[in-house]
Amino acid sequence: MSSPAGVIHDIGYQRYAGERLGRREVFLSLYTQSLRTVFGLGRNFKAKIFPWFVVGVAAIVAIVVMAIRAQTGEVVIKYADYPQVLTLLMILFVAIAAPELVSRDLHSGVLPLYFSRPLRPGDYALAKLAALVSGIVLVWGGGQILIFIGAAFSVKGFSNVMNELADTGLALIYTALYAVVFGSIALLIASLLKRRAVAAAAIVGAFIVTTPIVAVLFILPSETAHQLAQIVNPASLVGGVGDWLFEPSNSSEELGIGPFGPLYALVAVCLVALCVTLLLGRYRKVSKS
Amino acid sequence: MVTLGHTLCPVTLIATESLTKTYGGRVTALSDLTVSVEPGIIGLVGANGAGKSTLIKILLGLLPPTSGRVQVLGLDPTVDPMGVRARVGYMPEHDCLPPDLSAAELVTHLGRISGLPKTTARERASEALRHVGLYEERYRQVGGYSTGMKQRVKLAQALVHDPDLLLLDEPTNGLDPAGRDAMLALVQRIGTEFGISVVVCSHLLGEVERICDHLIAIDGGKLLRSDNVSAMTTSTDVLVVEVSEGGDELERRLLEMRLPVTKDGHALLVPLEDDQTYDRILTAVADLDLPLHRLDQRRHRVAELFADREAAHV
Repeated sequence: MSSPAGVIHDIGYQRYAGERLGRREVFLSLYTQSLRTVFGLGRNFKAKIFPWFVVGVAAIVAIVVMAIRAQTGEVVIKYADYPQVLTLLMILFVAIAAPELVSRDLHSGVLPLYFSRPLRPGDYALAKLAALVSGIVLVWGGGQILIFIGAAFSVKGFSNVMNELADTGLALIYTALYAVVFGSIALLIASLLKRRAVAAAAIVGAFIVTTPIVAVLFILPSETAHQLAQIVNPASLVGGVGDWLFEPSNSSEELGIGPFGPLYALVAVCLVALCVTLLLGRYRKVSKS
Repeated sequence: MVTLGHTLCPVTLIATESLTKTYGGRVTALSDLTVSVEPGIIGLVGANGAGKSTLIKILLGLLPPTSGRVQVLGLDPTVDPMGVRARVGYMPEHDCLPPDLSAAELVTHLGRISGLPKTTARERASEALRHVGLYEERYRQVGGYSTGMKQRVKLAQALVHDPDLLLLDEPTNGLDPAGRDAMLALVQRIGTEFGISVVVCSHLLGEVERICDHLIAIDGGKLLRSDNVSAMTTSTDVLVVEVSEGGDELERRLLEMRLPVTKDGHALLVPLEDDQTYDRILTAVADLDLPLHRLDQRRHRVAELFADREAAHV
């Protein structure tokens, strides 16, 4: 290394006696870095292509809906329907982002560098999960807010705007539910696989493998089977919870869930709890190896 | 005078007492290990699978010992692993660097995970990388680095948060002879100039003995020996002398000079007592006008230490 000795003064090694931040700040810095990873920020161009493609599609859909609402006043997609309409896109999004968040770290072997520091393995897993969930909420919630902006300019009267705002708020909670269910499933799968491509395929697989079962249950000549059909697939499971929350009167619908709304919600909660528990267990084990 | 940066300067750096680790009750990785070392540069030597990495993981609080007690910097890693990890820097043996980040980004990020504030982390990352000898290259992606540069980044990330103790697992792994020397010189500088205690793991005794104050040799999870290097090497350092012809003549001459020579095949072994031993041998060879083939200091291997101990106990 050529360094002109006359220019660079080697002041020697400096000890550090300053502040050392606690668990919360460490968690936040890992979370922030992970959230940037979800969108490929601070990474090369290749890492940005896919997340921003998803952001673009979600934005275009939202803008079209917003424009139609603003021009004609017609509601093409309701706020709560927005994540449901873009479910496939969300599956693709988590299938790319989750391996980027955790499989990459497994593959490069960087985890010993994390776990030899004052960072709890559980905090690592939760920071990654929080980043993935936030990423989904940012994209889909952002779309919903765009739609709301369009609505706010097309409806007359302050109270109507407030109604729209309340609907948007509820729909954002719904999006968050999607984000938590999709995020925890995807992150758990990715945390088990080192190779990003394999992890991405496995995540997509996990979300679509049960769709034939849903289809079969719909063919059965039993109304209960129809009403419970959507519970076996994570995507339609969240949709079912949404139906229960937002369309209680619409039980006569073809894809209705009947009186099983609370069951859908319970299954969704248990699914998330299971995934998070397994994820934490996974990293407890990884930290020791 | 550099202080240890904390109010309590621990007298013992690492202390273990009957430390035992078994996996699943069958595989014994560490067995009844009792050592106590003071701050300085400590070499932890043993063949692959001797239990070095297990010991390091216990010291970091990543693995609970099956039985026995352990203290690092006066803290118990089984009770306060976070406290230990805040003050220890660890350099793993294996590849652990994400290829698509620059060294500066990675070391800064890891500094923040160690609890450094944002700007401090960035400053200290540049400093740490400079100390290990990486300058402009630090903004390039790690994937394009040579093995030597990667080892330096691994060392820098262990140093970024100013630990009181560095645990280096095979820091010279994969390096060429020049790279090994440079890495060992760096480790020695950290231990002396920087005032940070270092534990260097290696399966090559000859490599670490040059820079260490204290050596711990383990084999099969058992302690072979734990001693200051000065105590160990004076008794075992030997010079190897080889002449193309007239070996017997030389042996007689050296014995006359009261040098305790032993024969090892074609070579003669002379214990290295002081700097003059070299000169006396050279004088003897010159006097007899013999063609000197080889005269060098023999490197130790763990096996020799083991043999020494066996001999001492018989």
